[in-house]
Amino acid sequence: MDEPGYFAVSRRGVLQSGAAGFAAGTVPGASVAFAAENKAGAIAVSRMPVRLEVNGEGHDLTLDTRTTLLDALREHLHMTGTKKGCDHGQCGACTVIVNGERINSCLSLAVMHEGDAITTIEGLGTPEAMHPMQAAFVKHDGYQCGYCTPGQICSAVAVLKEIAAGVPSHVTEDLGAPMQASNMEMRERMSGNICRCGAYSNIAEAMAQVAGESA
Amino acid sequence: MKYVEPVGETPIDRQRVVGRPTPRIEGPLKVTGRAHYAYERHDVVEDPLYGFVVGSAIAQGRVTGFDLAEAKAQPGVVEILTTTEMEALPLGLGNSTTLFGGDVIHHYHQAIALVVARSFEEARAAASRVRVSYARTPGHHDLASIADTAPFAKDGDKGPDVSALGDFEAAYAKAPVRIDATYTTPDESHAMMEPHATTAHWQGDKLTLWTSNQMISWGKDSIANVLGLKPENVRLDCPYLGGGFGAKLFLRADAVLAALGSKRTQRPVKVMLSRPLVFNNTTHRPATIQRLRFGADKDGRMTAFSHVCTSGNLPGGDIENGVSQSRLLYAAPNRYTAHRLAELDLPEGASMRAPGEAAGMMALEGAMDELAEALGMDPVELRIVNDTQVDPENPERKFSNRKLVECLRRGAEAFGWDARNTTPGGRREGRWLIGHGMAVGFRNSIPRKSAARVRLSGNGQVTVETDMTDIGTGTYTILAQTAAEMLGLPLEAVSVTLGDSDHPAACGSGGQWGAANSTSSVYAACVKVRETVATRLGFDPAKADFSDGSVHQGSESRPLADALGAGEIVVDESIEYGDLAEKFQQSTFAGHFVELAVDAYTGETQVRRMLACCEAGRILNPVSARSQVIGAMTMGVGAALTEELAVDTRYGFFVNHDLAGYEVPVHADIPHQEVIFLEELDPVASPMKAKGVGELGLCGVGAAVANALYNATGVRVREYPLTLDKYLDKLPAIA
Ligand code: FES
Ligand code: FES
Repeated sequence: MDEPGYFAVSRRGVLQSGAAGFAAGTVPGASVAFAAENKAGAIAVSRMPVRLEVNGEGHDLTLDTRTTLLDALREHLHMTGTKKGCDHGQCGACTVIVNGERINSCLSLAVMHEGDAITTIEGLGTPEAMHPMQAAFVKHDGYQCGYCTPGQICSAVAVLKEIAAGVPSHVTEDLGAPMQASNMEMRERMSGNICRCGAYSNIAEAMAQVAGESA
Repeated sequence: MKYVEPVGETPIDRQRVVGRPTPRIEGPLKVTGRAHYAYERHDVVEDPLYGFVVGSAIAQGRVTGFDLAEAKAQPGVVEILTTTEMEALPLGLGNSTTLFGGDVIHHYHQAIALVVARSFEEARAAASRVRVSYARTPGHHDLASIADTAPFAKDGDKGPDVSALGDFEAAYAKAPVRIDATYTTPDESHAMMEPHATTAHWQGDKLTLWTSNQMISWGKDSIANVLGLKPENVRLDCPYLGGGFGAKLFLRADAVLAALGSKRTQRPVKVMLSRPLVFNNTTHRPATIQRLRFGADKDGRMTAFSHVCTSGNLPGGDIENGVSQSRLLYAAPNRYTAHRLAELDLPEGASMRAPGEAAGMMALEGAMDELAEALGMDPVELRIVNDTQVDPENPERKFSNRKLVECLRRGAEAFGWDARNTTPGGRREGRWLIGHGMAVGFRNSIPRKSAARVRLSGNGQVTVETDMTDIGTGTYTILAQTAAEMLGLPLEAVSVTLGDSDHPAACGSGGQWGAANSTSSVYAACVKVRETVATRLGFDPAKADFSDGSVHQGSESRPLADALGAGEIVVDESIEYGDLAEKFQQSTFAGHFVELAVDAYTGETQVRRMLACCEAGRILNPVSARSQVIGAMTMGVGAALTEELAVDTRYGFFVNHDLAGYEVPVHADIPHQEVIFLEELDPVASPMKAKGVGELGLCGVGAAVANALYNATGVRVREYPLTLDKYLDKLPAIA
C-alpha cells in the first residue's frame, strides 16, 4: 500500500461518473454526452506481496490488489480448474475450499488470503487418483459440459462436511436432531452452484453415494 | 459415404460397445480441472494481453464520439480499439447485425470498444473510463404493441409463411367442441455457464483462435469473411466448451475483438464477455405470441387445427418458428398455420435449444390440455386419437418411425398417470396442492453432412480426428464407442481429438443433429478402414468379422495388428445424405409427465417428480443421452416457472442481464428425474440407426409443468413464465 495514488479517486469523481451513467440510461430521445471531467482520475496500480498456500504448496506472488482469488489462481498460478462463470458471486463456478469452508473465489481478493489453506479442484484429486466425489461425478454423470463441475465438486465436498458438523440450513426440519444428508438438505445447500446443463439429478445421486459411503 | 438407402445389419448392431452405458472418456479430466476451455489455454499461449469489451449504453442510434484520454492514461493499457475507427464489419453466418465497426448502434450492449491491457484488472478499470457520446433514436421494443400489424414472415428455410389445407374456418365454425387460446412466451437467454470467450494469436498472416464455439467450420468461414482473410489462414481450436445451447452457434464479438486486438498489438489477446454483457450483446430466444384454435368432434378427433405464431427480430433477423411441430404432430383434415414477424429493435434473436418447438410446444401442448378438459377426456388419450403416421400436410409422406403412442402409454404407466386426481384443485396434502400434467415432446431429426478421419496405427490404436465439438453432449465418448465397435477393439484403444478446424469438418453441435451425424461419419470411415485391413490380411471385406482385436473369417483368425505392418491406415470420410429425408419425415418423440406441488397459502411451486419416455432411434450411450434429456427437462422447468428476460420497452434492452436477475433452475428446484428410452432403431435416419435427443427432452416440458399447475390449482396461466403474480390471487380458497 505504498502507492498513495491508488486512493486518488475522489468521492466527487465517483459521483460524477456515476451521474453520467445514470443520465445515459434515463434521458429519452435525446443526444446524451458523457462528460470526461475527471481527467485527473488516472490511478496508480497498487501491488502487494502475498503468499498463497494452494493444495499444500506455497506460492509467492506480488499482485495488483484488485486481483480476485479466482484470477490469481487462473491467471497467475495457471490453475484453471476453478472456473469463472459470472465474476459476481452469482453462479458458484469459482467455488474453492479455504480453511475447510467453501467460498466464491471471485468475491474474495487474493491478498486477503495470506496464510490461508486453499484447496482447489486440482488438489482434490488427479485423473489417475480421483477424490471419491470426483469419481462419483464420473460414475453418475454429474456433469455435461464440465464448466460448473469443479465448483460443484468443491461445494459438494464441503457440504457433506457442513452436514456432518451439524451446521443447519434453511430446510433443516429439526434443529435438535442429528443432521441427515437428505436429498433436500443437500439440494438446498448446493443451490449456489448453477449447472445450466442441468445435471442436478445426477449430482444429487453422486453426493448421496459419497454421503452413504462416509456415513 | 452417400446414404441413399436404409442399411441392413451392420457391425454396430452387435452393440458390444455402442448402446452400452459408458461413462464419459474425458470425464476424469473435467472433474479434476484438467480440461482447458477457451480462456485457459496456458498450455499453448504464453503471456497474453487481456481485452475487455465495452458495450453500448443505448439501444438505437449512433455513437457520436469517444473521449479516450482518461482511459488511455490508465496504467497497463496497451491499446484501445473503437467501433468508429472502421466501417461496420461484414456479417458472419447467422449474424443479423454487425459484431463491430461503424457508428450505428442496433442494440444495447453492442460492442463499441475493446480495451487491451497487461492484466484483466487494468483492462476492466480502463474500460470504465472510456467516455462515449451518443445520439439516440427511437425504436420498437414492445412486441405486444406491434404484433397485430406484423406481416407474415417470408418463406424461408424454416418452411412457408402460411400453410393451409382444407377449409379451417368452415370446419372450425361447425366443430362441436372448440378452443381458442392465446399463449405468450418470453425472451429467454441461453445462460450457459461459460461466457463467450476467445484467445487469439497471429503469426504472420495466420490467425489462430482458441475459442468457445459449437460450429467450428461455420466459425472459421465466418471469421475469414468478417476480417477478409483466406479461410486457410485461419485455425479454430475448441476441445471443450462450457455449454452453448445455441448461443455459440455463430461467430460473436469475443472472437472478432480478440482477433482485432491481437492484430493491433501483435500479441496474443484473450477476451471473455463479462457476464452482464452476455444477455444483450449476444443472442436470445425471441418472445412469442401464439394463437391456437382447435375444433374437435365429441370423440376428441380434431377436424380443424390452427396455430399462428408471432415473434419479432431486428431487420434481417429470423422468426421464432413456433408452428414447426404443429405442421407435423397431429392429424386434422382442415389446417391453417402461419408465422408473423415484427421488426423489433431488441438484441439479436436467434436459435436457442430446440428453436421453434421449445416455445411452440409450450403453447400447443397447453392448448391441447384445454381441449382435453373441454372434451372431458384424458389428455393422454386425446393425443393418441389424434396421432398420425404420415405428414398431415402431405399424406403420402410417412414418418420413418413414429412411436409417439408407445412413448405416451409406457410413460403414463411408469409415472402412474392413472392414479392422478382429475378435478383441478382437488388434491391437497397438508399445505400443498398437488397436480399432475403431461405433454408431448416432438423435435425433428436432421441429416447433415459430417466428416471425420480415422487413423489405425501401432498395434491397433485408433485415433478419431474431426472438428466436431462436445458441448456436454458426450461426443468424445460416442465417437470412441463407434470406432471401437466397428473395429472390434476395446474403448480404451480409441482416442478422440475434437474441435480443431485443421481436422475434417463435421456437422457441429446444433439442432440435435450432432450425435447421429458425427457418429455416422466415423462409421463411414471405419467401413473403409475395415476394407483395407481385410484386404491386407487376405480376407473378404464383406465377410470379415472384427472382434476382440482380431479379424475372423470362417475358421481363420488373425490379429488386427498384423494388417499394420505395411503402415498405418488413415481414412478421411464423410457421411452425406440422399433424399431419404424428403421421402420420410424423420422426427423424435416423447411423453413428458410432471408432478407439481403448489403451496396453498403462498403459491410457491415445487416440482416433485418428472418423467420422460423418449423415442430417438438407437441410443448410442444411454448415460450421456439420459443426461441430455434430464438437462433439457431442467431447462423446461426454468422456461415454465422462472426464466424471462424483462424488456425495458422504453429504452429497448433486457434489464435482468445477470445470473441473479435471470433465474435459471438451481438444485433446490429439480427433483429426481426419470428417463425411459424405447428400444427402437431408425435405419432411415442414419446408418447408426440413431436420431437426435438433446433437444427432444426440452420440447413440451414447459407445458407439462403448466398443465400440472392447472391440475393442482384450477388456474390456467397462458403467459409464461408462471410466476406468482399471475395466479396467487386466483388460488382456491383455503378451507
Ligand atoms: S464466478 Fe464466482 S460465483 Fe460466478
Ligand atoms: S456441466 Fe455444464 S453447466 Fe454444469
